[in-house]
Amino acid sequence: MTAFLEMTNVSKVFSAGIIRRQHTVAVDDVTMTIDEQSPSILAVAGESGSGKTTLARLLLGVIPPSSGEVIYRGQSVDDLSREQRRTYLREIQPIFQDPFESYNPFYKVDHVLTVPAKKFQLSESKQETTRLIEEALDMVGLQPAETLGRFPHQLSGGQRQRVMVARAMLLRPRLIVADEPVSMVDASLRATILESIRRMKQELGISVVYITHDLTTAYQIADNILVMYKGSVVEAGSVEQVIRDPKHPYTQLLVSSIPQPDPSVPWGAEGEIAGDPESMEVAATGCKFVDRCPAAFEPCRGQRPLLYHEHPSRAAACFQYDKSPALEGQNLDVVFEAQLTSQAVGGSVEPKAN
Amino acid sequence: MTVNDLRVYYDTPAGTVKAVDGVSFDLRPGERLGLVGESGSGKSTMALALMRMHKPPARIAGGEVLLDGVGDVMKLDDDALRRIRLDRLALVPQGAMNSLNPVMRVRDQLADGIRTHEPGDDRDALAARIRAQLARVGLDADVGGKFPHELSGGMKQRVAIAIGTSLSPSVIIADEPTSALDVVVQRQVMETLRSVQEEIGASVLIVGHDMGLMAQIADRMGVMYAGKLVELAPVHDLFTNPQHPYTRLLIESVPTLMAKRALASIPGVPPTLINVPPGCPFHPRCPSAFEPCDSEVPLPTAQNGRVVSCHLYPEEAA
Ligand SMILES: Nc1ncnc2c1ncn2[C@@H]1O[C@H](COP(=O)(O)OP(=O)(O)OP(=O)(O)O)[C@@H](O)[C@H]1O
Ligand SMILES: Nc1ncnc2c1ncn2[C@@H]1O[C@H](COP(=O)(O)OP(=O)(O)OP(=O)(O)O)[C@@H](O)[C@H]1O
Ligand code: SF4
Ligand code: SF4
Ligand SMILES: [Mg+2]
Ligand SMILES: [Mg+2]
Repeated sequence: MTAFLEMTNVSKVFSAGIIRRQHTVAVDDVTMTIDEQSPSILAVAGESGSGKTTLARLLLGVIPPSSGEVIYRGQSVDDLSREQRRTYLREIQPIFQDPFESYNPFYKVDHVLTVPAKKFQLSESKQETTRLIEEALDMVGLQPAETLGRFPHQLSGGQRQRVMVARAMLLRPRLIVADEPVSMVDASLRATILESIRRMKQELGISVVYITHDLTTAYQIADNILVMYKGSVVEAGSVEQVIRDPKHPYTQLLVSSIPQPDPSVPWGAEGEIAGDPESMEVAATGCKFVDRCPAAFEPCRGQRPLLYHEHPSRAAACFQYDKSPALEGQNLDVVFEAQLTSQAVGGSVEPKAN
Repeated sequence: MTVNDLRVYYDTPAGTVKAVDGVSFDLRPGERLGLVGESGSGKSTMALALMRMHKPPARIAGGEVLLDGVGDVMKLDDDALRRIRLDRLALVPQGAMNSLNPVMRVRDQLADGIRTHEPGDDRDALAARIRAQLARVGLDADVGGKFPHELSGGMKQRVAIAIGTSLSPSVIIADEPTSALDVVVQRQVMETLRSVQEEIGASVLIVGHDMGLMAQIADRMGVMYAGKLVELAPVHDLFTNPQHPYTRLLIESVPTLMAKRALASIPGVPPTLINVPPGCPFHPRCPSAFEPCDSEVPLPTAQNGRVVSCHLYPEEAA
């Protein structure tokens, strides 16, 4: 059985600077599979600049990997025929981070819906196209009559973002790669949009890669999560394990930094992080987190930690767990599958669809 | 700053969009006022209009914005406006990190604002101020020599705060200052904003959607729905005992890490601001709607320390 989409040891290095060339390893050796048989929602979290968007762009085929391969239905994305590439581009739909950048200011918003509808020949007639578009807008809580015919700057930030979600749904893809799809909408709409994304998984079997810094919504809608730090996967597994009981010190910092919607709960753990983490250089060897890590000990500066499989549905790249076996080939599938199998036999809380 | 019955409308071929429709509140000295509410309820429009930075087809259809020692901002001529911007009133706009000039070094963008307002400074003094301003937001002096694309999102956002606060304004308006940042950086940017604000003694109006963040940073909170301010209360009261039905449902729709459940959203469709429902704009979606709601517009009433616009809460006898 060939998998829908696979990443095998995928890395992406960006080079910048003409005189002093700087290399940024934006994605560092990621191996995982997105399967069609067991559709899932995978959250991707991590700090700004950790490589989340780069990972999304690799999945979407927008940029090629520097090493490793992205494989679509058994074939490297580089070697797809024209016809295969067309299906690939329809089956994987993006929802981007900044909705404003996805629009051409000189076209009405209708444009972003009608063009793909035409390009992928979604329907036989114009009326049918209109009906599909209206249905998609409806699903994200927009009123077609109020939305169509407007220019992008005439919509609020949240309205623009929802048009992009509607666009992705319109094409009935197999995988949606959503990069911060709800960071700019109110809590109620967030719920509406995320519920419609979850329904797509449950009713239409669409898998979703949900990139977010909002670990609370990740916990609510995702099955699995992957936490990135400076391009590397530092922790991965089921949301129950990773968010409720994080093992990697970086994930622990992330989870403790979630601002709680309760003014009486203080924000963040004591022991502030010193300096400016974002501009910190990555050590050439050893754990990338070592300069910020409160738990660092001798082995940490020597080698890069592997992903240790310390729980059936969780792995952490940290020497504190090196008594457990490393994931074979750094392949994340085993920790993700554990969650999906337990779900299939009714082992975990299955949220109600409404 | 005191805002009285502010109205900002967009004239469009389809009709008049009443994006801000009779909003009144005051921003107290040194306070952090959070402003949340529905997407498209007019928050950004209001943030821009408070500084008269709105662009056509938006127009001020009424109301006043009184600033201490300045008078009504809505009545100032262009010259006076230019003088108070940055100096008295500063805006960190929605998506501020993308609003930096991509072809200008950070230090030149900072110098620009300072120079137009205080042309007296010589080069060394200016350089020293820029360094101090970067330090204030927790950035190294060498960030001044960089271009925006060489900075991370969190750093750009801090640069935007540095620019906005370079002249120690008395009012800072920040529109979604951290919405694209991870929680660790969010916390740092917010701490930065808080410390700069406390240092210069400014008041801040923070617009945002992240209820968690608001709970952590704001002293008081305002809630907007369909161009109107429906509730204004101290942050603790708002979260523990929301009065307006919209506020209550909004808070209920915020997920937590406690239990996994279907995400709750407010039933019904957000209204369009061209055709706002008559009476209370929330009535078609309100579970508590009763007889006067679909015909009479509820007026804001004071309720021990808060202001609520809802027929459930008639004016208290004083
Ligand atoms: N086209 C590019 N050229 C050079 N460097 C790049 C390019 N795109 C991304 N990078 C670098 O790669 C790293 C990862 O960036 P990426 O945008 O994937 O991060 P991210 O996790 O999506 O961050 P954010 O949360 O801020 O969106 C960053 O250091 C970034 O500066
Ligand atoms: N240039 C414009 N022309 C016509 N209508 C506009 C224009 N700009 C905004 N609007 C409308 O005005 C209303 C208020 O928009 P605004 O951007 O102020 O909302 P917001 O509360 O900031 O929303 P968000 O939380 O999504 O950023 C929206 O309904 C929007 O569609
Ligand atoms: S490997 Fe060492 S430095 Fe890295 S996260 Fe674990 S304890 Fe910290
Ligand atoms: S005025 Fe009526 S409809 Fe409006 S919020 Fe109050 S109870 Fe609901
Ligand atoms: Mg990104
Ligand atoms: Mg806005």
